[in-house]
Amino acid sequence: MNVIALSWWQLALASSLVLALAACTHFARLGLGGSLLIAAARTALQLALIGVVLEVLFAVGSLHWVALMGLAMLLLAGREIVARQKYRLRGGWSFAIGTVSMFISAFSVTILTLIAVIDPQPWYQPQYAIPLLGMLLGNTMTGVALGLDRLTESAHRSRDIIENRLMLGDTWADACGDFRREAMRAGLMPVINAMAAAGIVSLPGMMTGQILAGSPPALAVKYQILIMFTIAAGTGFGTFTAVAICSRRLFDGRERLRVDRLTQGGRG
Amino acid sequence: MTSLTLKDVAVGDLEKIDLAIAPGEIVCLSGASGAGKSRLLRAVADLEPHGGRVRLGDTEQDSVPGHRWRHSVMMVPAESAWWFDTVGEHLEKPMPEALRALGFAGDVGNWSVSRLSSGEKQRLALARALSREPRALLLDEPTANLDDKTTRQVEAWLQSVIRERHCPALWVAHREDQIQRVAGRHFRIEDRRLVEVRE
Repeated sequence: MNVIALSWWQLALASSLVLALAACTHFARLGLGGSLLIAAARTALQLALIGVVLEVLFAVGSLHWVALMGLAMLLLAGREIVARQKYRLRGGWSFAIGTVSMFISAFSVTILTLIAVIDPQPWYQPQYAIPLLGMLLGNTMTGVALGLDRLTESAHRSRDIIENRLMLGDTWADACGDFRREAMRAGLMPVINAMAAAGIVSLPGMMTGQILAGSPPALAVKYQILIMFTIAAGTGFGTFTAVAICSRRLFDGRERLRVDRLTQGGRG
Repeated sequence: MTSLTLKDVAVGDLEKIDLAIAPGEIVCLSGASGAGKSRLLRAVADLEPHGGRVRLGDTEQDSVPGHRWRHSVMMVPAESAWWFDTVGEHLEKPMPEALRALGFAGDVGNWSVSRLSSGEKQRLALARALSREPRALLLDEPTANLDDKTTRQVEAWLQSVIRERHCPALWVAHREDQIQRVAGRHFRIEDRRLVEVRE
């Protein structure tokens, strides 16, 4: 593979584009210059750190360290899900639901893909396991966050509809059925759009990265298809699990709507 | 024929309430705004915890799932909500006679919900509830958005339905003339207590 190495001054050249954009937004008084620079600095710092961590992890290569890395990624993703919700369940339930649903979906799909499809030796080889888990967790996190956010916001906003349906003798599942379907749709729409547009409207990031890194396009395409399918499965099962648990938690044992279990979060 | 019985029901600031409503009887409930009338109805409908016991005939509230209780003891709120596009989709079965008695034309089932006035919504909410054949009714100001003539029409229809079906009914009302017309008994919430008003 012919990989063209990138030097630091070439990255600095790329960063000048972000600086130019920040300057433009500053002069246009959009109030986004600071956020843009902070986000760019975070990107550089976080990716540099993860690069060092991955270098060490690839060198060590033991299951314990891979599992520890996976756990850290899972907990951070769970925290990010909570931060993205306007209304969240009290008592750490949103964090627990997000983390459990991501664990069930992203981890099982990753392990299944590693063992049954890619088959590296050993199966947890960090060069394969960590990027695959990262891709799956990132996308599942987005789906779960969008699904939970839509569900809790609907329950809060449409309390009168849900309660009126309960008064008419509907079960809790029927009373919030439309909102659950909306939440599932919200969670799955990004991955469905990404699959529909892949290769026509856009070249997916991972495939582009592989080609730039010197992989033959046919191999990059195969990996991209594999990733797309696993992301779709992980996101779908994760969102489904999260929406199912959260919607049940919005009602008590007597099937009463419990919007008092929601608290306003950071997003709104 | 089943009666509705409340024993030691406590919601909000209200003292514990005991009340029995006979089959086909209308008990009117009045009181100042915020006194707890709607919350009491919600507790009887099992939409709020109350710490007491509510029975419909021999059936204890907590002995059946919440949705089955509410299908039997049905609450009609003062402000109804609608979720399908047309009126007909909200009715569990066609009710041409009831809809005629409430002043609607035969094609009301095709009407768009978004075009209904508040008064039409209130009358149709009653039809919607009764299309599910409840065994007891909890009515929260069921004529609040209606003019005098329509109020009388709805009162007469509700009285006949409640009598024919032997439904016990708890009816929140503010207007003294309406209470005089429909109530078998009248209770008022005063100083956090339920007090029977006798003529």
